Amino acid sequence: MTGRRWYVPWLFLLPALAVAVCFFIVPFANTAVLSFTDASTLGGGTFTGTHNYARLLHDDQFWQSVRNTLLYIAVVVPCLVVLPLLLAVLVQKRIAGIGFFRAVFYSPVVASMVVAGLIWSWLLSDDGLVNSVLRGLHLVAGPVPFLTDAHLLLFSAMAMTVWKGLGYYMVVYLAALANVPRSLLEAAEVDGAGAVRRFRHVTLPLVRPTMVLVATLAAIGSAKVFAEVYTLSDGSAGPGGEARTLVYTIREVGLGLGGEAGYASAMSIVLFLGTLGLSVAVTRLNSREERA
Amino acid sequence: MTTLQTPPTPAAADPRRPAAPAPTARRVRAAAGLAGRYLLLALVFALTVGPFLWQLSTSLKGNGERVFGYPPQLLPAHPTLHHYAEVLDTVPVLRYAGNSLVVALGSVLTNCLLGSMAGYALARMKFRGRGLAAGIFLATMIIPFESIMVSEFLVARSLHLTDTLLGVMLPGAASGLSVMLMRNAFRRLPAEVEEAAILDGAGEWTRFRRIALPSVRGTLAAVAIFSFVFSWDDFLWPLVSLSDQGKYTLTVGIQYLSGTFTNDQRVIAAGTMMAVVPLLALFFALQRFFFRGVGEGAVKG
Repeated sequence: MTGRRWYVPWLFLLPALAVAVCFFIVPFANTAVLSFTDASTLGGGTFTGTHNYARLLHDDQFWQSVRNTLLYIAVVVPCLVVLPLLLAVLVQKRIAGIGFFRAVFYSPVVASMVVAGLIWSWLLSDDGLVNSVLRGLHLVAGPVPFLTDAHLLLFSAMAMTVWKGLGYYMVVYLAALANVPRSLLEAAEVDGAGAVRRFRHVTLPLVRPTMVLVATLAAIGSAKVFAEVYTLSDGSAGPGGEARTLVYTIREVGLGLGGEAGYASAMSIVLFLGTLGLSVAVTRLNSREERA
Repeated sequence: MTTLQTPPTPAAADPRRPAAPAPTARRVRAAAGLAGRYLLLALVFALTVGPFLWQLSTSLKGNGERVFGYPPQLLPAHPTLHHYAEVLDTVPVLRYAGNSLVVALGSVLTNCLLGSMAGYALARMKFRGRGLAAGIFLATMIIPFESIMVSEFLVARSLHLTDTLLGVMLPGAASGLSVMLMRNAFRRLPAEVEEAAILDGAGEWTRFRRIALPSVRGTLAAVAIFSFVFSWDDFLWPLVSLSDQGKYTLTVGIQYLSGTFTNDQRVIAAGTMMAVVPLLALFFALQRFFFRGVGEGAVKG
């Protein structure tokens, strides 16, 4: 295409680029710079070299959040890779009413995390439905502290993440399943392969790339977990904040009273590198297994 | 593609195995399979919808009715809308919903307009710096918002955007995802579509407005819905950037409803329902676009 003035494309790009630069690139660069200073959230700050990063090494609160976040990833990712795939297989066949079921299974995705958190808080509280039933059936003597014990709170939040994410990844998998050639499945059936066998040897290898995609998305999502823990604990992250996650701590340190923007920025850089590392790791792992 | 190379399985090669089950046996098995399928569907249905329904039931129960204890009382004996009125009296829910609506509709408008403009330039124009521009949008998709939120707050404060709805909206006003979805949609358009218009002497803006944009309405709808839901459901950024209660969006307001404003579970449940029902209604009305958006968004994300 000829005759266009050089600035025309930039006129089209300018508004969106301005938003991207102003609210992503600049804050990101700022985060990187601040992480080497002792800036407070109110302002100021002098260059302190790698002091913040050295401080991280001996910060129990930081390591607690890292451990909790890693545990979150370790539990949630396998669940979100496998369960939605099984669900997608279940709803793939066009039987009567399947459109309705698909839509309903997707509905938790549409609800906000706050709404999900309030609903689950009510289910899991000491006098909530789950504890009432467990006690009514004499399975437990006292109420299970789903929301008031730090570990159980973390697991409750994980369950909620899985509940809310199922439908989303189900739809992602449905798109992948639609691309599995019918002829291949039929050929396997003619060869006498049962449903499980067909799934393992025909479907699974073909949806593998999608599983890697889902694993990456779920891992990055879990690394950023915040709202689940916050809403299930009314903002406290459990007794003594022991269920704190990395994002929870970043917000606590960087934006709370006497916020330490510099120190929180160092944590933020760790989070950024962590998510970057996760996606690289998942991709690497996959390509290695594929070669094997 | 290991599948294609695997030798025939022993079961398939076994000559004693009957070629096919008898017709009746097969029909019985198919019926059992179908029944099993519906049973599983019902189970998942209960797990997904159950929590919503329990919340709905709680919100409709009268003050004299039990909301806890065993056996659980699943249905309200005397359903009442009383607690919905109480929510309105306790917190300015309508105001919060209004704030959320302003932010969400603003976000839809900007993402559709700015996203399609940028996507169009990236897809249909050749110019120096195109790779750099695309790289910037990709970078915004890779950098987790959570990792820049402290600086985001500082930027917003220096622009006097904290405690404003504009400040809540702007960081998501032209998401990398919107730009990339639009770019991919414009790329799929055949070049001939525009060539006639070029011969007619139509300018770049006219071609974008009158020819390209109407051809990608499906993607535009997906971008609109994505932006709306993302903005409506967003919690962290409004929580960080708003401290004036009058400016709260619905997610932040509803979070404070529980504990801070009331301990009555029936009222909290009513508030939750008021926050989620409009969105569920939107979803069931526009399902098609939701699913389409997920398919495209995930692949490119």
